[in-house]
Amino acid sequence: MKAKHQRLTLALLGVAAVIAAGVLALSALKDQASFFYAPGDVKKDGLPLGRFVRLGGMVADKSIVKLPDGVSIRFVVTDGVATVPVLFKGIAPDLFREKSGVVAEGEFQRDGSFTASNLLAKHDEKYMPPEIAGKMHETKTLKE
Amino acid sequence: MATLHAFANPARFLKLARPLTPTLFWAGVALTLIGAWAGLTQTPRDYLQGETVRILYIHVPTAWLGMGGWSGIAVSSVMFLVWRHPLAMIAARAIALPGAMFAGLCLITGAIWGRPTWGTYWQWDGRLTSMLLLFFVYLGFMALDRADRDRGGDGRIPALYGLGGTALLPVIRYSVVWWNTLHQGESIGLTKSSIDPSILWPLWLTLSGFTLFFAGIVLMRMRTILAVTKAEARMRRMAA
Repeated sequence: MKAKHQRLTLALLGVAAVIAAGVLALSALKDQASFFYAPGDVKKDGLPLGRFVRLGGMVADKSIVKLPDGVSIRFVVTDGVATVPVLFKGIAPDLFREKSGVVAEGEFQRDGSFTASNLLAKHDEKYMPPEIAGKMHETKTLKE
Repeated sequence: MATLHAFANPARFLKLARPLTPTLFWAGVALTLIGAWAGLTQTPRDYLQGETVRILYIHVPTAWLGMGGWSGIAVSSVMFLVWRHPLAMIAARAIALPGAMFAGLCLITGAIWGRPTWGTYWQWDGRLTSMLLLFFVYLGFMALDRADRDRGGDGRIPALYGLGGTALLPVIRYSVVWWNTLHQGESIGLTKSSIDPSILWPLWLTLSGFTLFFAGIVLMRMRTILAVTKAEARMRRMAA
């Protein structure tokens, strides 16, 4: 009976240690393991110049501008804290649109803008049928 | 605990497992088929993703079982290490292969969804990478368990490994909360969900269906392992 209790204590300590290891790993990797820089991170920590990085956030409303060459677009990425203007040349994914999430791969320029060579659409956790999305859109426009 | 110790006797376990195996298996298949039918024909498409949203009815259950399977291995490992329960390591061994299969299916269905939605099959983001690690941890468990049995070990080493691998579960769960990831945050919580009910409801069918199916497969594999052990013991007795 005593040996069993000893093993139980050891096993529980083991589980606690393992879970704590996981949580510690998470928080320790917090900065390094992030998939992209948010505009607010860049404002706080300075521009990561000369490196190929990702920039993520929301595409600001009414910010997408098609350039005269027909393949380039300009838009603004925002996270509510700061904004970064982005230039992208290429084919954007279907889900790329204003007021929606985006992850741009490319490089920061010295003036604080971003030149993207690839765009990924970031989907959020909301799923709804078109009718409801439409209704929500309507009510919002009515309010605004 | 007393009730679990009753099953230390494999004969008693088998008596219950025999009728339970087909019941769970076929109930799971039926629920999954109904859920798949409903998910393919009875629900509206998503306003942004369009028809692609339907992969959710497969992807979420596979992710749930990939992680749930490892929780099962962890619990079995503790049962084995602490109470020396004779069925515990058999259960862990039975869970490993279907668990790995569902973790793999989760990665594959995610990639298929990711291409049209994100514009990429694969990215090394926190959620995707930690799930891939879990898949490899499963393979490691199976290899370690086989090696341990080959050298006549009692299963203590794979049990410790089973316990250690648990560190990945909170990493997967909170990867989307703690890090910037391409993968979206949690859609389904215990009390609320950001998926509209009209899209969500078949998920409960496939989720319970996949889970029952998984339980049936695990019982089937446990019975097989017990039968093989018995047959080997008999052969040894005949040879002696």
